[in-house]
Formats: sequence, structure tokens, C-alpha cells
Amino acid sequence: MPFDTQRIGELAGLIRNPGDLARYARRNIELWASLFILGWAVAFMFWQGAGFAVIIGTVFAIWAILSVSLNLVVGYTGLLSVGHIGFFGIGAYTMAILTSDPAYEQLRTEAIPTFGWPFFAVLPICAVLAGLAAILVGVVFNRFRDDIFVLASFGFAIIAFNVFLNLRPVTRGAFGIHEIARPQVGGWYFDGELEFLMLCLVFLAVVMLISWFIVSSSFGRVLTAIREDEPAIEVFGYRATQYKLAVWVISAMMAGIAGGLFASWTTFIDPNSFILLESVLLVSIVILGGLATIWGSLLGAMAFVLLEEGMRFIPFLPNEYIGQARQVVLGIMLVLLMLFRPQGLVGRYRL
Amino acid sequence: MTSTPAGRQELALETQSISKHFGAVRAVDELSLVIPRQGTTSIVGPNGSGKSTLVNLLSGVLPLDGGMVIIDGVGLRVVKAHDTPDHGLTRTFQEVRLFDQITVWDNIMVVLTERRLFPALFERARPATRQKARDILEQVGMWDKRDSLAQDLSYGQRKLVEIGRALAMNVNTYLMDEPFAGLFPQMIERVKSIMKQMRADGHTIVFISHNMEIVRELSDRIIVLDSGALLAAGEVEPVLNSEEVIEAYLGA
Repeated sequence: MPFDTQRIGELAGLIRNPGDLARYARRNIELWASLFILGWAVAFMFWQGAGFAVIIGTVFAIWAILSVSLNLVVGYTGLLSVGHIGFFGIGAYTMAILTSDPAYEQLRTEAIPTFGWPFFAVLPICAVLAGLAAILVGVVFNRFRDDIFVLASFGFAIIAFNVFLNLRPVTRGAFGIHEIARPQVGGWYFDGELEFLMLCLVFLAVVMLISWFIVSSSFGRVLTAIREDEPAIEVFGYRATQYKLAVWVISAMMAGIAGGLFASWTTFIDPNSFILLESVLLVSIVILGGLATIWGSLLGAMAFVLLEEGMRFIPFLPNEYIGQARQVVLGIMLVLLMLFRPQGLVGRYRL
Repeated sequence: MTSTPAGRQELALETQSISKHFGAVRAVDELSLVIPRQGTTSIVGPNGSGKSTLVNLLSGVLPLDGGMVIIDGVGLRVVKAHDTPDHGLTRTFQEVRLFDQITVWDNIMVVLTERRLFPALFERARPATRQKARDILEQVGMWDKRDSLAQDLSYGQRKLVEIGRALAMNVNTYLMDEPFAGLFPQMIERVKSIMKQMRADGHTIVFISHNMEIVRELSDRIIVLDSGALLAAGEVEPVLNSEEVIEAYLGA
């Protein structure tokens, strides 16, 4: 539509009436938020250079896989889980242990079993183990609803963290696991950052595709009905517990994949990467972006990573305060968002 | 599950001394009643007489404390909500319970689609299903509102969508908990005509109402409850004119 009279009329009206302008902006906030964050990302790339952008891109891709998968549970099904990081951790530790090379010196103190399996063989196992854990947890959690569910998932996050910390014969506890292998197919190593970014983006695309497939099916519609009124949807012949368990396990498997990618990318993990705070940040990303929208989770993850990494370069902020400052800023942003836009940047639904 | 004699097949619903207690309150107390197949049966009674509890027990929303419910000839000591459509029964709620933050269209579609987990994952709405949803929405006059979120509708419109959702189940027996409460006259006429159409289509309707005019107009039979027990049942006029019913209502 090169010459849309109605649109031009609308725009002309805006200039005459500032009140309309505000209303117009509010109506299109999804578009503006998307453009703003994408523009910010591009600006950041030019500002910091391609090398840094590649690293940030990888962090973004991993957070995005997590937030898209968590949105299936929190946004679509209405189960506010703060335990998602546990499945992420299971994936990461699975990757770290199963790919660990017996030749590494440091693994001889506080030795753990070493397997030396290849990355691409282990990645499906990450998903499967996270899924198995999700079945065990989910069978119990299916009894819970609303606030009780939040508390139960909180408990799961704490249990998972303590297992990582204290199961030393397997996880090396607080020592962490070093020198985790990067992926390799034949003679092709993914040791460059750019290759790894591509790999992460491929998995992000797959996770988004699967999520889209789920939420656009009849299954997805039932999930939203469960979110709205679980006892009512039972009356219409659906076994809500089965649906909840299924989406919970699928979501956990995606988190397991993200964990595997994360472990291989950082090449070092310790239990501190899987604390409850990370889980709460993850829930914040999902709410920030918007519940029950895949695009929103992507935007939320992007905004979060840009904020987190961008603050590193604020000139007057001493290095030792950066970590705390980002949490304060994120906290303030969440409070403002809940005040003025409880449905998130691009969402339509509220908790 | 127990089998019942063939003669009982004439009954859409039967309860055999069912009970539900909330603490010391006996909401439904050793209640036995029968509801024949087809036609319209109304349940009336003073506030707190156990009408809504009875509907919740029959639809599996509340668990039975005792007794047996026989739906469509199948005796059940435990009524599971997700099995009631298989027994040919569905319901509406007193406080309208739509899926608020999804569209009217999805509210109807969700009861028309696959129940089994894996087939549901691979199912996209078929044209026949869409047509059915459209027919339902047109029948209750909510086709224009199909893209609104259910929470954005007025109370009366929500009631109509909820009735549409029950209609979409296409079962034998409909339990309707106060379908007329809080509606203005024009809406009442609309709901009445929908219920008359359902009756003409050969469905069994059980509805709760406080409006005696509507009860007289729509019902073939009436059941009067008081304090969780059966006070009277049968043809409308004789029951409503009987002394004990008048006494219960006037509290004499």
C-alpha cells in the first residue's frame, strides 16, 4: 500500500492532537518495543565490534532457548515455575561429565568418572536426562496449582543446586568442571566463537519451531484453557494433568539442550551458574517479553542480555558494582513494567 | 462400575443416596432422585438447599462423600470430571467460567478438538470443525464477537458463550446451573429459545432456577430440594401447589 489514505489521515490527525499521539504510541507499543530492542542490538554490534557481538549473540541464544521453553510452561500453561534452571543445570552437567576427557590433569584431583564422548552424541542425552528428571518432578508437581506450585518449583531449584554442589564424586562440587570439550564433527571443530554462535542459533530456531508447532496445535489451545481454568477444562473431557506433564517435560528437555550448549560454550561450569537467582531472572525475562508469545521471549532475552552486557561499558560505574547494578536496573524495569504494562512488551495476557 | 437393569435406560440420570458434607454442613444428604431421558427438568429450592452442590457432584467437579450416581445406565461411585462427556453429560456454571484470556472462538474450538494427547499435538483445526464452531456461535448469536477475549464480553454475552460451549459438546444431557441468573429480559428470551430448541432436538436438560415463571414455562418435570434432601418431585403444577413446597418457600 504505497498510498494509504486512511493511514495518512491517521498520522495527520496525530500532529494536531498530542493526546492521540500518546494513544497511538501505546497502541503500537509492541512494534516500537521490537524495533527499539533490535535497533539497540544493531547499535551495540557496531559500537563494540563483531567479535564481542558474536559472544553476546551466543549468550542471547542460550537465554532465548531457555526463555522460549519456559514460556511454554509459564505463559501458555500458567504454571509459574522458578525451577527451570535445575533442568538447565542437569543438561550442563550431563554435557560436562560425559564429554570430559580422561587425559586432563586436573580431573585427577577430586576425580570424576570420565567418558570422553563426542558433543553431538551427548546433546540428546542432555535432553533425555533433563526430561527424565522432569517426569519425576512433574508427577509430584501435578498435584499443585498456583502459589503452591511456585513454592514447589522453588524447592526443586534449591534441591538441584545442592545436588550439583554436594554430589562431589560426579560434579566435583564447588571445584566445578574445567576444559569441557567444544563440539567436533569429523575434522570440523566448532572451536571458533562464530561457529558456536551458528550452532546455538540453529538450536534456537529448532526450539522456536517446536514451540510454535505446539502452541498452534489443538494441544496448545488446551494448554491456554488449563491456564485459564483447570477444573473447567476437565469437565469438557480433558485430562489436564497429562497435558501439564507433557508440556513440562518438553520444556525441560529444551532447557537440557540449552544447558549442554552452555557447558560446552563456557568450557567451565560450577554450581554458581545454576543458583535460584538465575531462575528468577529467567522468569523475569519471560514476563518482560510477554507471556504466551514466542517472539516476546526472544525480545525479552535480547533486552536482558543487552542490558546486562551494555552496563559493562558505562564509564562512571566501577567494575565491582556492575553485577549488582544490573540486578537493580532489571528490578526497577520489572517494577515499572508491572505498573504500566503487566502483559509484558509484546504480550496480551497477564499472570 | 455396575450394570443396571434395562428398564433404567429410560433414565438419563439417577442418584442413589448420594451425600456431600462440608464440615458439619450437609449440603447434600442421602439424596436419591431420578431424571428421565429427554425433556426438561428443573431443580428448585431455597438458597443453600444443595442445588449447585448436586450439579457439581453429578459433573464430577466435587467428589462424592457417599452413594452412587448412575449416568446413562452406568453406575459410578467416583465421578471423574474428565469422563463425564464420555457418559454423555456436560454442564454450565453458575458463576460463568469461560477461559477468560482466550478468544470466544477458541473457547468454542477447545471443546471441539481432539482429547488424546499425541493426536492433539498434530491436529490443526479442520474445516468441518471450524464450520461447527461457526454454527454454534451463530446459534447463540456470538459470531460477531468471535475475536474478542472472553473477559471483554458483557455478563449476558458470557452466559451465551458458555451455553454455546456446552452445546458444542453435543451430548445427551445438559446440566445448567442458573442459566437465567443476572440476565436482562431480552437475554432471558434468547436463552429460553435456545433451551427450547435443545429440548426439541431430543436432549435432556436439567436446569436450576429461582424464577418460577420460567420454571413453569420450560419444565416438563420439577425437583424441589430443601436442606440437601428431596422435598418433592414430579409434574410442575401439582408439585408447586403442594403444601410442603409452599411451606418451604415461605418459611412458614
